[in-house]
Amino acid sequence: MSDPRTDDAPATSETGVSGHTETINRPREAVYAFFRNFSNLAPVLHNVQAIEVKDETTSHWKVSGPDGTYEWDSKIVEDEENCRIAWVSTEGSDVKHEGVVTFRDAPPGRGTWITADIRYEPPYGMVGKAVAKLFQKEPSIQVRRDLKRLKALLEAGEIPTSSPPNPEPAS
Amino acid sequence: MRALTWHGKHDVRVDTVPDPEILNPRDAIIRITSTAICGSDLHLYDGYIPTMKPGDILGHEFMGEVVETGPRSTLKEGQRVVVPFVIACGQCFFCEKHQFSACANSNPADNQDLGRELYGHGMTALFGYSHLTGGYPGGQAEYVRVPYSDTGPIVIPDGLEDEKVLFLSDILPTGWMAADNCDIEQGDTVAVWGCGPVGLFAVQSAFKLGAHKVIAIDHFPNRLELAARFGAETLNFEESNTYEALMEMTGGMGPDACIDAVGLESHGMFLDNAMDQIKASTFLGTDRGHALRQLITACRKGGKVSLPGVYGGFLDKFPIGALMEKGLQVKSGQTHVQHYQDDLLRMIGEGELDTTFLISHRMALEDGPEGYVKFKNDQNECTKVVLKPGQIPAA
Ligand SMILES: NC(=O)c1ccc[n+]([C@@H]2O[C@H](COP(=O)([O-])OP(=O)(O)OC[C@H]3O[C@@H](n4cnc5c(N)ncnc54)[C@H](O)[C@@H]3O)[C@@H](O)[C@H]2O)c1
Ligand SMILES: [Zn+2]
Ligand SMILES: [Zn+2]
Repeated sequence: MSDPRTDDAPATSETGVSGHTETINRPREAVYAFFRNFSNLAPVLHNVQAIEVKDETTSHWKVSGPDGTYEWDSKIVEDEENCRIAWVSTEGSDVKHEGVVTFRDAPPGRGTWITADIRYEPPYGMVGKAVAKLFQKEPSIQVRRDLKRLKALLEAGEIPTSSPPNPEPAS
Repeated sequence: MRALTWHGKHDVRVDTVPDPEILNPRDAIIRITSTAICGSDLHLYDGYIPTMKPGDILGHEFMGEVVETGPRSTLKEGQRVVVPFVIACGQCFFCEKHQFSACANSNPADNQDLGRELYGHGMTALFGYSHLTGGYPGGQAEYVRVPYSDTGPIVIPDGLEDEKVLFLSDILPTGWMAADNCDIEQGDTVAVWGCGPVGLFAVQSAFKLGAHKVIAIDHFPNRLELAARFGAETLNFEESNTYEALMEMTGGMGPDACIDAVGLESHGMFLDNAMDQIKASTFLGTDRGHALRQLITACRKGGKVSLPGVYGGFLDKFPIGALMEKGLQVKSGQTHVQHYQDDLLRMIGEGELDTTFLISHRMALEDGPEGYVKFKNDQNECTKVVLKPGQIPAA
């Protein structure tokens, strides 16, 4: 299990979501500042309908699923300016949710490397239900797509789309 | 509105579909006045490109009039514009390097997964060219939505009619980039495989960029004749041994640069083509690559290989040994249209480039399906089809 690793590649595992990195052609301060205001993130994150910022560290999340909307509060538990933000859903939430993002300078002239690790876990006893499927469906792919949407929004000012919005929630 | 839609292999129809809408701040809506069928569309028509869905609107070579703009578009209603077939944001790492066809942002995130599986990276979006490249509705239609309309479309000055500028959308810059990628030096001979629209513009561009001699290769006499009009020497691969002829025509050296303007549907009764086709039809899927194999074999040592021709998958018996041992340099890619369009528009305006010689058929949009049949089956006579959404269909 604890084999010494022989390379610098990021670790991947079956259960956990490995972090995924994207380059964003904007200064680190700008990427951090945008992300730090969680109300900016709803259009970027998979299936998230709205995130309302309640105070300096608390935000209220509304996420759509196949059988309704899930809501919870998240709290920022680590905040290192221009470097790192971590948050978790508050105790007693329906969905256990946590995320960590780190911000690093990309090679000169290339902006920022952002690495994200975002997980959702269905509440105890709900494994196997639709909600579990929703939150656990290929999470590393979801994070990759989330970061691509963030990148497009920050670089091009909009999230690309090739079709009119679909009223049905994506599954 | 009316639009030409894909329904399967060799099945395109003109259907009534919803009008496009502004979806993002940088969008504009264009009313199409002229739109062409491209050799690349034939790859869709022939079912070679994965991720097409029934009902997809085809077309990536189009121009028209601006009829609606999003809040961040810089276009004005009533302007005439030609739209590049490559959709590029203008603001990412690649766009800043002018590698527009590698734009990181135009393809919606969900559509980038397959490209990552197939090619290692998500693809850049193109109009009307499968969901691998974004699933954007194309321009063989009455109207089209154009994303990033503040950077892509080029405004056409009054007095330049549609047919002179329409090909700025794709095949003119594609032929130009194909020649530009040859880094032509004094005394160079450039050989061009394929005398379709792309090859013919490559012939013209190679001369403009200083080629001493251009050799055009095809098997359709009429297409070879068009190449000869620009001063190319021609080679009919059904009548001559292409390799031996090329050696003779270059003093035994081989061409300094070779352009593949054929792509994955290479014609000809050659053993390698037949093998490729058998594999493709039995789902062992490879591209058909006789032209590419031949040009690598013919290219002089230390020469340049330029590939505008489209390939989508894998190729067996790729002569990697010849490539390496002869020290060839390869350049390829979907065209960085936005990088070339301003200069090319100026050259058209100054009468330096002939852009209308190619058009053999002008048809109503409603007759589009027939245009596909002609462009596919009558390649000798039919060199380019332009569809006019406003035109009354033939009875
Ligand atoms: N890179 C880009 O951005 C870009 C843009 C436009 C088109 N294309 C591609 O360029 C290629 C050509 O496009 P087109 O519109 O001219 O198509 P086209 O089908 O009209 O022309 C292809 C020509 O190649 C000839 N040909 C076939 N097999 C040959 C062989 N073995 N040797 C010599 N010639 C042969 C055909 O007879 C035909 O005249 C296509 O693959 C198309 O998809 C690429
Ligand atoms: Zn084309
Ligand atoms: Zn871009």
